[in-house]
Parts: sequence; C-alpha cells; structure tokens
Amino acid sequence: MEPLLKVKNLTMNFGGLRALDRLDLDVYAAEIVALIGPNGAGKTTFFNCITGIYPPTEGDMVISPPGKKRERLNGLKPNHVTERGLARTFQNIRLFLNMTVLENVMIGRHCRMSAGIAGAIFRGPDTVKEEKAVVRDSYMILEKIGITDFVNELAMNLPYGAQRRLEIARAMATEPFMLLLDEPAAGMNPQETKELDDLIIWIRDNEKIAILLIEHDMKLVMSLSDRIYVVDYGKKIAEGTPEEIKNNPAVIKAYLGEEIDA
Amino acid sequence: MITFQEIKRSFLVSVWFMFLTFPIMVIRVNTVQNVIEWRWKNLLFVGIGSFILSFVWRYLIQRKEAGKKKAEAGEIDKMPLSQRIFEERKIFVPGLITLSVFALVFPFIFSLYQTNIMITGLIYVMLGLGLNIVVGLAGLLDLGYVAFYAVGAYSYALLNHHFGIGFWAALPIGAGMGALFGIILGFPVLRLRGDYLAIVTLGFGEIIRLILENWNEFSFGPSGIANIARPSFFGIQFSVQNATIYLYYIMIVLILFTIFVVNRLQNSRIGRAWIALREDEVACQAMGIDKRKTKLTAFALGATWAGMAGVIFAAKTTFINPASFTIWESIIILCIVVLGGMGSILGVILGALILILLPEYLRAFSEYRMLIFGVMLVATMVFCPGGIVPDIRRTYKFEGLQNNTKNNP
Repeated sequence: MEPLLKVKNLTMNFGGLRALDRLDLDVYAAEIVALIGPNGAGKTTFFNCITGIYPPTEGDMVISPPGKKRERLNGLKPNHVTERGLARTFQNIRLFLNMTVLENVMIGRHCRMSAGIAGAIFRGPDTVKEEKAVVRDSYMILEKIGITDFVNELAMNLPYGAQRRLEIARAMATEPFMLLLDEPAAGMNPQETKELDDLIIWIRDNEKIAILLIEHDMKLVMSLSDRIYVVDYGKKIAEGTPEEIKNNPAVIKAYLGEEIDA
Repeated sequence: MITFQEIKRSFLVSVWFMFLTFPIMVIRVNTVQNVIEWRWKNLLFVGIGSFILSFVWRYLIQRKEAGKKKAEAGEIDKMPLSQRIFEERKIFVPGLITLSVFALVFPFIFSLYQTNIMITGLIYVMLGLGLNIVVGLAGLLDLGYVAFYAVGAYSYALLNHHFGIGFWAALPIGAGMGALFGIILGFPVLRLRGDYLAIVTLGFGEIIRLILENWNEFSFGPSGIANIARPSFFGIQFSVQNATIYLYYIMIVLILFTIFVVNRLQNSRIGRAWIALREDEVACQAMGIDKRKTKLTAFALGATWAGMAGVIFAAKTTFINPASFTIWESIIILCIVVLGGMGSILGVILGALILILLPEYLRAFSEYRMLIFGVMLVATMVFCPGGIVPDIRRTYKFEGLQNNTKNNP
C-alpha cells in the first residue's frame, strides 16, 4: 500500500542552523501518527515545510490522495497544499477572532467554492445556492465537532477548549484527506483532553481522515497513536508503535538525559 | 457622587494645565512697548475650564467601564444602537423614509452652497466606502489612496480636454483606470503588511502627485486643467445651478449603488476572504485562500471607487490641479474609515458626513475650527474605539437544521 504522505530526506536550514536533518516519515490511510520530541526539536518546522509555509532546503514530500494521482508538495504555496487535501491547525491558536464561529468554518470552505466578484455582486442563482450550501455544510461540521452552541458568537469570546475544537472544525471544512494537528491538547484540562482523544478517533473512523499530530501530552499520544516518530535536534531518533517507543533507550535519553556513571 | 478624592484629582489636573499653558496663555511680550503683559485672567479661565472638563472626562470613562462590566455580567441584553435600528422595524422603516425624503428634497430647501457642500460630503462617503474595502475589510493600511482619486480625476479631465469625452463615458473609464492602478500598486506590495505596506502606499501616493505636478506636457503641471465639462443629461447642458442639483442626484444614485455593491461583497465568499486576511494572514493562507488574488482584488475594487469619485470631483469643480490630491486627503479618508468604524458601511457614511460637513459648519468658530475637530477625533477614539458604528458580524438562523446529523463527542 502506498502511503498518503511520504516525506523523504527532508532538510531545513535556517542560516547555519539545521532545524530538520534528513527526516523521513510516512503516513498511511486511516492512521493516527504522532510526532514527538523535546521543545525545539523541529516538529513545527516539519509541519511548516509540509504545508508550504517554509520552502525546505532539501528533500521530497509526496502525497497520494485516495482516488487521485501522486503529487509532489515541494514548491506549492500553503493555499495550494490545502487545496490538495492537507489541512492543519496551529500550535498557538490562529482563529479569525473577529469573525463568528460559523464564518470561521465558512472560510475553510473557501477553496471548495467558486463565486467570484461578479457572482458576489449580482448574486445569481448559482451563488445563492452555493451560499446556502456553505452555511448548511459549515453548520453540519460544527455539529460533528460539537460546538453548535457558539454558532453566532465571535471566535474571540469562545472558551479555550472550544477554540481548539473550532480550529479542527475549520480545518475539516477544507475537506482534507489528512489532518495535521499541532499540539491540539496544549493547555487543556484532563477532561477536555479526554474529549479531544475521542474526537480525533471519531474523525479518523467516521470521516476517514488520516491524522498526523504533534503533541507533548504523553498519555494522549500513547493512547491515540498507531505509530510514533521521535525527533530530536531535527533528526529522527526512533520510530515505532507506542510500546516500542516507551522502551526505546534513545527516546528515554532524549527526554530524560543520560545517566552519568561516576 | 463627588468625593473629596475626585475634587483633589480634578484640582491637580487643573493646576497641571495652568502650569502647562502658562507660557502661552499668560505671558505676552508686547514688542511695541517692550513690556511683558501678565494676563492672569486667562490663567483663571484655564484653571476653571480644565477643572470642569476633568470631571466630565472621568464621568464618561466611568460610564464606559460600567457599561462594559454590565455587558460582561450579562445584566443587560446588550445590543448596540446601530443594530437596534436595523432590527426594529418600528424605528427602521420610518427612519429610512424620512431620510430618503430629506435626501430627495435637499437641493430644493437648501441653498446652492449647501448642496455643493453636500456633494463634497457624498464624494467622501464614496471614497470612504472604497477605502473601507482595503483598510476596513482586508486590513491593508493604505496611505496613498488619494492616488487613485487623482487617477480618476485626471482620466476624466484629460479625456475631456483632448477628446471631448463626456462625463458618462468617463465614469466607467475612470473607475477602470482606478482599478488598473490599484493592481499596479498591488503587485509590488503583495509581500508587505502593516507598517511597511503603509509606507510603500504613502510613497506611491506621493509619486502620482509629483508626476502630475512635474510632467507639464502630460498633466499641465501645477496650473492644472480647467474648463472640464459638467455632466450632461442626454446631451443637454444645464446652467451652473441646475448642473449642481443634477450632480447631487447623480451622487445619491451612485452612493446607493456603492452601498449595494459593498454590502453584497461584504457578505460573499470574497468579502469573508478579505476579513480572514485582515484577521490572520498565515491562517488565511493555510485555509486555502489565495493571498495574492485576495489582496489584489481588494486593492483593485477599493481603487475603482476612488477612480469613480475622482471623475465626479473633476466634473463638480470643473478645475483640477495636483494640490487637490495631497497626503492630507488620504489621511482624511483614512480618518473617515477609522472614526466611522472599520468594516461598517453605516459607520463610514456617518464618519464621512461628520468629518466633511462638521468643519464646514464650524466655520462660525473660525480659528477654533480645527481645534474642535481634533478634540472630537480624540474623544471619539477614546470613548468608542470601534468607531461610531462598530462592525457587526452577520448572524445566521438554523431552524430545522438541528440534529440532522448524529451528535458525537
């Protein structure tokens, strides 16, 4: 089986700093893959490279969306990456704060709509239909994610947990085949984390969306992930199932440091 | 409640103001008799004035804070006045009728002078609504907006001068030229945002003005272009008085057209993309919005209205020169948008009318005109930072849509 996302040899230099060092990573269909590592290991840089925010120095990123042909992601702009079916959330929530919750999700539908300036001004039957559809679809997505209570609230007035959920809803609205979640549980309490755990599994099972996530909450990572990649200083130091990772000496060393023998 | 504390604070404020204004308000050197005059009476006025004003100021601040607290506690169902006007038919319908009747009979009950001022006001309403697309919706701080206004005005003036093209043919051409220049400016600034964008657009505005001022063969330099034709009605030329009234009605129709278009744009796929761009550029792109296209359409559409307003301006004054298109105009238009309320159509209209008409009617206060104007700007920004009529996001209703899908975690 071909992986949905195949990253090979990805390298990213910022001047003299090598943030990513020949990183390989595969995500297969219906998988939840976690990317973990200490702070500053290069996890978010990895996301930024895949989603087109940074152009990588070296390496290949290839997607094979279900039912479509393979394509290289290198050199694509962020909006084109999203159009191809990779949607992401951000570590420090980046919602459109002065827009309503529904409008935030509607923005996600933008690249699946077609109305132009003329359509907006004359508001022909096609545009009216499209607008109605986008409102309905966006509402359904909110219903799935479970934040319909806030539909007409401004995003800035939402409680923290709901903001995190809204980011996921917005990403889902772009009809991705794969979601990239950057620390979705950051700042959540145990109850919210549990709900998030259920939500992510639900998305994978019911929406058939593969998930690649960065997370520091080890309990969440271990219970969710099918496979885990561990990076440190931009290098991959381990890869495997949660069980394998737990007992990997290199991982323990990266997280806890080395024991010094006298 | 006036406590001792407050009196003490006001007293300190007034002492401070007396000290600050002492050199200019009290001391005067009489150069004729070579003596220094001490005008102690002025000191007293400043003292009493600032004492009272500090009370008013604190009262308004307190009221604002109290309102905020109440809204947070959910004590009052806080619906802003601007929204109430639209929601309640009882206020909205008669209000609208009164306003339209007033707008229709305006040139017949007021003098030609008043009508002329009103046309200027309406031109600025149009400019404000255009800039509102760029600054209010797309969040691109444009300090050179007046350049497109100049492009529109000169398009008409030059076409009329050289080829005798009339107002109605020039209107779409001016709008098109505005859009074209909007795109020309848009390309180099695609990568910029915030302060950097502001500076580049400022430069662009100055470039256009300097070209118009110095390229004598093309634009007739600082002496400008005179004898531009007023709008005609199917080939009929009016007298000055009737032409002004005619232009007033043209303006009313065009403003309605502008409101219609801007309103539709605002609630469309493109309008939402603009607002998303304003809110967060990175997230906007990551959600699949083409940043280039969105920015360029914002610049182009904003400039279109400036181009149109320029044509009307040229037709109104029948004479234009580069002095009408200085940076000051850009600043005033920006003030209109910010003071009125970014992204809010009603706010921008009110803002334009207040900012343009107020200085005219304040002429009675002659030298204090600009002072009052400035105080008003400061006060508005302190007491309603969102503008006179803040933008309100559209809400949607979902009857019959609930529980269509199975609820999950």
